[in-house]
Amino acid sequence: MNVEEYIESGILELYVAGQLSEDENLKVVKHASLYPDVQKEIEAIEASILVLSKTAAPKVPLDFAKVYDKIKNLNTSKVVPLKESKTNWTSYMGWAASILLIIGGVYLFNQNEKLQSQIEVVENERINLEEQINEAKISLTKSEELLATIRDKNITVIPLGGQEVSPTSYAKVYWNKKEEKLYIDAQGLPEPPDGMVYQVWSLKLNPLTPTSVGLLEDFIEDDNRIFNLTNANTSEAFGITLEPSGGSKFPNLEQLYTLGVVSSS
Amino acid sequence: MQLEELITRFQQKDTFAFERLHAMYAENICGVINTIVKDDNLAEEICQDVFVKVWSNALSYNSSKGRFFTWIVNIARNAAIDVMRSKNYKNQKKNLPADYFVSILESKLEDEETDVNTKGLHSLVSKLKEKCIQVIELLYFKGYTQKEVSEELDIPIGTVKTRNRSCISQLRENMQL
Repeated sequence: MNVEEYIESGILELYVAGQLSEDENLKVVKHASLYPDVQKEIEAIEASILVLSKTAAPKVPLDFAKVYDKIKNLNTSKVVPLKESKTNWTSYMGWAASILLIIGGVYLFNQNEKLQSQIEVVENERINLEEQINEAKISLTKSEELLATIRDKNITVIPLGGQEVSPTSYAKVYWNKKEEKLYIDAQGLPEPPDGMVYQVWSLKLNPLTPTSVGLLEDFIEDDNRIFNLTNANTSEAFGITLEPSGGSKFPNLEQLYTLGVVSSS
Repeated sequence: MQLEELITRFQQKDTFAFERLHAMYAENICGVINTIVKDDNLAEEICQDVFVKVWSNALSYNSSKGRFFTWIVNIARNAAIDVMRSKNYKNQKKNLPADYFVSILESKLEDEETDVNTKGLHSLVSKLKEKCIQVIELLYFKGYTQKEVSEELDIPIGTVKTRNRSCISQLRENMQL
């Protein structure tokens, strides 16, 4: 090969400019290794380009330290194997967290169910209590009425004493003649047997004439055992007999529980 | 230490060898970038990233890629063009104005602090004919192919090669004076 012609062709300038293909580059490298003149020529061309490019260099310090810092960071973020295990660890953490979340969710669901049923129980209790309060209020009202009645100056109190059938029985009649009202306090009467009911009679003594005043219905259910009845009669005495439910036209005197005479005042 | 040995060590991730190579080429590489971005600070910033890239891709260099310096210049040129595009400077290769590095050098001379070295370089460049400056900048710094240079300067493609040869020779003669 004619080295001089090769150099004169301008191919080495193009080589330094990076204008050649990879194959052409390798051929140039081969020639350069065989012919020192070619190698020298390449270096001289490159040197002139280096000088020329240097003229445009930015007028600021070009510190290798800055590059070195960057490649050091590059190494730590790429090479250190800790990062691998770190990602695994975080993925385990992820799984653990989601399992805990599920367990927590189930637990909370159960807790919620329990609380719901507890609320139902408490709600029922509350309703019961409200009913009790209502009953107590009603009972109180009744008692107040009763008290007012008893204290009324127009009231006549007639104690009824136990008779042969039931000597320990007793009752009281509060009679407001003006308002024609009777209040029977039946506290001292035993509970009537099934199918039977107490009946209150107004009596005239001479001759003995009984008039039914009313029945003591729902005897067992009424805690107060106070019964309101109306009495328009000019009664001289009151008696209470045990009669078949629904009451009778005439009193069964064999079943006369209590009897009392209105004191003449 | 020979260049080949430095390159081999550098490819084995020897930071001392890399520092030597940086010292040898930083000004030139940053200079090539500056002919494209025409901004000292931006050029220096891009230049750092180019050397980081060179380090990361050390093993992809071999002699089929041409001269080591040429390989780095290619990386630097691409990085600079990428930055210019991303910054919406729409001056692609073809549209780059015929604003040659002489203008950078002249702007530096206006600066009072300019050192003797730069003045020497300027006289070196100013002795070059304009058509030489054009050919050299397009081929070596802007990465134009011979065909693209012939179209840009409106000269036959065969002329590009011979004119480049004579211009480089002239530059070398100027350097020896």
